[in-house]
Amino acid sequence: MTQSKRSLFLRGARDGLPICFGYLSVAFAYGIHSIEGGLPVWAALTASLTNFTSAGQVAGTDLILAGATLFEIAVTLFLINLRYALMSLSLSQKLDPGMSVLERAALAFGNTDEVFAVAMRRPGVLTTPYLAGLIFTPYVGWCLGTLFGATAAGLMPAVVRSALGLAIYGMFLAIILPEARANRAVALVALVSAAVSCLFACLPLLRRLSAGWVIIIASVAASSLGAFLFPIRETSDEPDEAPQRGAAQ
Amino acid sequence: MNQNAALSAGISTASVLLGIAVMAVVTYLMRMLPLVLFRRRIRSVWLRSFLAYLPYAVLAAMTVPAAFFAGGSLPATLAGLAVAGVMSWFRMGLFPVAAAASTVACLFSLIPGLS
Repeated sequence: MTQSKRSLFLRGARDGLPICFGYLSVAFAYGIHSIEGGLPVWAALTASLTNFTSAGQVAGTDLILAGATLFEIAVTLFLINLRYALMSLSLSQKLDPGMSVLERAALAFGNTDEVFAVAMRRPGVLTTPYLAGLIFTPYVGWCLGTLFGATAAGLMPAVVRSALGLAIYGMFLAIILPEARANRAVALVALVSAAVSCLFACLPLLRRLSAGWVIIIASVAASSLGAFLFPIRETSDEPDEAPQRGAAQ
Repeated sequence: MNQNAALSAGISTASVLLGIAVMAVVTYLMRMLPLVLFRRRIRSVWLRSFLAYLPYAVLAAMTVPAAFFAGGSLPATLAGLAVAGVMSWFRMGLFPVAAAASTVACLFSLIPGLS
């Protein structure tokens, strides 16, 4: 039992490695950004240790440095991170039913976009040790990257820094393409979402929206269309329309 | 130097800490509440399908068009993404694909006259 928990954690940690490398470079950029904006090193590191989110941290840091009110900071972070609520809702359907509230509350801290995507890709239910491992390596990468960026900004050659930035997108492709190849509904959803996202990047008025909003709008539109055109009527492990009530809780 | 930077920007240590605390609380609550409060299995076919498609839609929106600006020069980025695309199509693992994308982009950036 202990051995299998350990191997599940290690499996998760290994699955999290590509995210870790991607985060190293993104957090590196965040570190540089915060220091250049006037934030002390300890503050940038504290933000990464306690927030563990990319777009929200950049926006929040900029607001702090601009002298914004706490209310403004809260509302902005709420809007940018609205997608996490959707992702947590989606993730809640895949968690081991025996997972305690405390475990859920602890694992929720690490539910980033990338952790979520890799977790959902894993077949079967998600266990606590696997998710803990999957969160562990990206978290280390995120915090170390921030520290490196904040302290050693400019030491890393630009070529290496930007090439590292591509790692995370390579990983995204490795998640999307095999599934899209096997399932035309997923292919359509991914294409529509990408198209909407491009639309927002190109059109002069729409491009003023923050990245968090673009992700929400594009993914909600594409997933709604997918659910409408290709509803998944799975023969699930649980009898959903079971006549007896009260049994499944 | 860095310790004085925030001071020179006219921001007190207390307001930096308070700001970060507010960021952390809001971010955590968004992630934690649905996960802890929502323990039942969703019965609506539409909603379940929606949630099943959501990860791929989120990833696609994050990848396009951002990936095309991620790898430094455009030729290096395209080369890295092309290799990653072919490897992904043939179902190679996450880490090999991610590593290949970075390595190819890095090598491509070193070719003189391209970047």
